[in-house]
Amino acid sequence: MQSENLRVEKFAYDNKIVRDFSIAMVVWGIVGFLVGLIIAIKLRWPDFLGFIPVLSYGRLRPLHTNAVIFAFAGNAIFVGVYYSLQRLCKARMFSDTLSKIHFWGWQLIIVSAALTLPLGFTSSKEYAELEWPIDIAITLVWVAFGVNMMGTIFKRRERHMYVAIWFYIATFVTVAMLHIVNSLALPVSFLKSYSMYAGVQDALVQWWYGHNAVAFFLTTPFLGIMYYFVPKAANRPVYSYRLSIVHFWSLIFLYIWAGPHHLLYTSLPDWAQSLGTAFSIMLIAPSWGGMINGLLTLRGAWDKVREDPVLKFFVVGITAYGMSTFEGPMMSLKNVNAITHYTDYTIAHVHVGALAWNGGFAFAMLYYIIPRIYRTKLFSIKLANTHFWFATLGILFYAIPMYFAGITQSLMWKEFTPEGILRYPIFLETVTQILPMYALRVVGGTLYLIGALFATWNLIKTAKSGALEADETAEAPALEPFVVTTRGHWHRALEGRPLRFAALALVAVFIGGVVEFVPTAVIKSNIPTIASVKPYSPLEIEGRDLYIAEGCNNCHSQMIRPFRSETERYGEYSKVGEFVYDHPFLWGSKRTGPDLHRIGGKYPDSWHYIHMREPRSTSPGSIMPAYTWMYDSKTDYSHTEGKIMTLQKLGVPYPAGYELKATDDAKAQAAKIAANLEQSGAKVDPDAQIIALIAYMQRLGTDIKAQETAKK
Amino acid sequence: MEILFILIGFSLLVALFFLGCFFWSVKTGQYEDRYTPAIRILFDEQNHKIPSSAHLQEEKNYAE
Repeated sequence: MQSENLRVEKFAYDNKIVRDFSIAMVVWGIVGFLVGLIIAIKLRWPDFLGFIPVLSYGRLRPLHTNAVIFAFAGNAIFVGVYYSLQRLCKARMFSDTLSKIHFWGWQLIIVSAALTLPLGFTSSKEYAELEWPIDIAITLVWVAFGVNMMGTIFKRRERHMYVAIWFYIATFVTVAMLHIVNSLALPVSFLKSYSMYAGVQDALVQWWYGHNAVAFFLTTPFLGIMYYFVPKAANRPVYSYRLSIVHFWSLIFLYIWAGPHHLLYTSLPDWAQSLGTAFSIMLIAPSWGGMINGLLTLRGAWDKVREDPVLKFFVVGITAYGMSTFEGPMMSLKNVNAITHYTDYTIAHVHVGALAWNGGFAFAMLYYIIPRIYRTKLFSIKLANTHFWFATLGILFYAIPMYFAGITQSLMWKEFTPEGILRYPIFLETVTQILPMYALRVVGGTLYLIGALFATWNLIKTAKSGALEADETAEAPALEPFVVTTRGHWHRALEGRPLRFAALALVAVFIGGVVEFVPTAVIKSNIPTIASVKPYSPLEIEGRDLYIAEGCNNCHSQMIRPFRSETERYGEYSKVGEFVYDHPFLWGSKRTGPDLHRIGGKYPDSWHYIHMREPRSTSPGSIMPAYTWMYDSKTDYSHTEGKIMTLQKLGVPYPAGYELKATDDAKAQAAKIAANLEQSGAKVDPDAQIIALIAYMQRLGTDIKAQETAKK
Repeated sequence: MEILFILIGFSLLVALFFLGCFFWSVKTGQYEDRYTPAIRILFDEQNHKIPSSAHLQEEKNYAE
C-alpha cells in the first residue's frame, strides 16, 4: 500500500486546447462587442447602416446577446475550465478527441447562430433564440464537454475536489437541464418551430431558464474561475476555504427558484411572483459571501493590485459582481421593479455584470494564462493597464447614462398632471428625452471595444514572443482507492459546526420549497379561460411569425401591468387568459417602444402601412427602424398548413381539417386588408408581408373587447 | 399551470442530485481538511523544470 502510494506518474497538461479556446474567446468577443456597438448606434441614429435595411435592431440584438453570452463568455468559461481543471485534478483532459469535438462543435454552433439570427430564424425566447436543429447540436456538444470534464474528474490524482470543480459541475448539470426544458418545441419546418408551452406557462419556463442562464452560465463558472485564478494570481490562498464551501452549496440550492422575479406585475400568479422575490433576497447572502471571499483573498496583497493588470481586472470584476448581486435582489422587490422593469435600468444592470464581471474576468484570465502556456512574459504590462482603464471607463460611460435613462423614462411614463391625466401621453416624448444618454452609451461601448483591441494586440505579441508548450509535463502520485475505514465516519465530519449549519439550512430551504410549491401546483390549471379569446387566423399567424422573425419583441412588450399609468396609456391591463394560444409568448422584457398588447384597432390599417415604411413620417423623432422590405417581400404561405397542424397538436382548438382551408382563409383576409388600404389610397399587393403584419397588429388584444361588447 | 409540475420536478431533480453530491462529498471526507486545499493549489507548478513562474518573472520586471 505504502509503496503504491509513492508511485509517481508522469503526464502532460493539454495547453493547446486552452490556446484554441482563448483565440475563439477573443475573436468572438470582438465580434460581439462590435455588434453591440452597432445596435447602440442604431438606437441613437436609426438610419445607421441603413443601406442594409434587413440588418435592423430587432435582428441584430439577439446576435449581440448570443455572441457575448455563448460565444465570448462561453469560450472564456472553457478556457478557464480546461486550464484549471487539469491542474486541479493533476490529470490531462479525459479525451483529446472530446476536447476537439467540443471546441469545433461549439464554434460551428456560433457560426450557425451568426448566420441564422440575422436572417430572422429565431424562436424569440431571450438568450434561447436559436432554432431547434441548433438547439440539438448545442445539447450534443454540451454533453461532449460534460463527459470530458467528468472523465477528467474521475481519473484525477488529487483526492480533494477543490471548490472550483464543484462550480464547474454545477454549470454543466444545470445548464444541460435548463436548455433542454426551455427549448422543447414542435418543428414546423427545418428552421421554424413553435414552443411547446403557451402564454404564461411559456413565460414562466423562459424566465426560469433566462434567470438560471445568468446563474449557471454567467455566474457559477466564473465563480469557479475566481476561486482558482484569483488565489493563483495573488499567490495567496483563498481568504476562507470554509466560506467557499458554504458559498457553493447555498448558492446552488437558492438560485434555481428566483426566476419569477422577471415577471413581476405580469399575469403570472401572484404567489409565484412573491416566491421569486423571496428567493432573490435570500440570494444576497451566498452572493456576498462569494464576493467577500474573493476580495479578502487579496488581503496583504493590495500592493500587487496596484501594479498587476490581472489583479486589477479581478478586483473590478468581483466588485461589480457584488454590486450586481445586491442590485438584482433590489430589482426583484415589487416596488423597485415597478420602476426599473422595461427600462434601460435593466440594461445598465446586466452590462455592469457582463462587462466587468464576465468580460473583466475573461481578459484577466488570458493575461494570466497566455504568458504561462507560451513560456514567456506579457508583452506589455503598460498596454494591459491601458486596456484596464479603457474597459473601466467604458463601463462607467455605459452604465451611468443607462441608469439615468431608465429612471428618467420610467418616471415620465408614470407622471400625472394635477388634473389626473398623463403628463407625457405621447410615448415618443419619453424616448427623445433620453437620446443624449444613448449617445453617451455609444462612447462607453467604443471605449470598451478599443480596450479589447489593445488586449488582442498585446496577447498576439505575447504569444509571438514565446512558443506554445502544447503538452506541459507534470507529475503526481497515483491516487489509491478510497476506503471508508470506520463506520459512522461521516458523522464526525458533520460535527464541524459550519458544515452542520450548511446541511441543515439546505434541507430547510429544500423542504420549504416543496411545501410552498406543491399545494398550489396540485390545482390542475389556474389559468382563467376567457370565452371570447379565440385562436389567431392563419394570416395573423403568418403576421405573428414575421413579428418574431423581425424581433419586434426586442423593443415592444405585450404585457400591460395593472398600474393606472399603464392602463391610461395603453388600455385594459393584460389578463393571463388572453395568452392561452400564444406559442411562444411575446411579452417582451424591454420597452424601447410602447407596449403593443392593445394596439389592435387603435389606428387604421393605413397608419400602420405608413408607419412601418417610414416611422418618422407618422412619429417624428422616432428611433424605430424602417421595414421597407416588407412591402416587396411576399408572405410565404407554403408552411401555413403545417403551422396550423403543428398548433393543433399543441392544443390550439382549430376545427379538424381546418389546415386545408387555412391558406385560402389567409389569402381572403389579406385581400380584404389590401382593399381597405386601397380605399385610403395605398395600392399594395395582398401577398406583401406588411399585410400579414398589419393583420396581426390589428388583432392584438382585441378579443377581450369582444367580451365587453357582448356584456353591454 | 401544469407547467409548474415540470419546472418544480426538474428543479427538485437537480436539487436532489446536488443534495446527493453533498452527502457523498461529506461521506468521502472531502471536507475533513478545510485548510490545505486552498494552499495546495498554489504549488502545482513546483515540480516544473522552469525555475520560476511567468508571474515571478513579471515581478522581477517591476523591480528593474
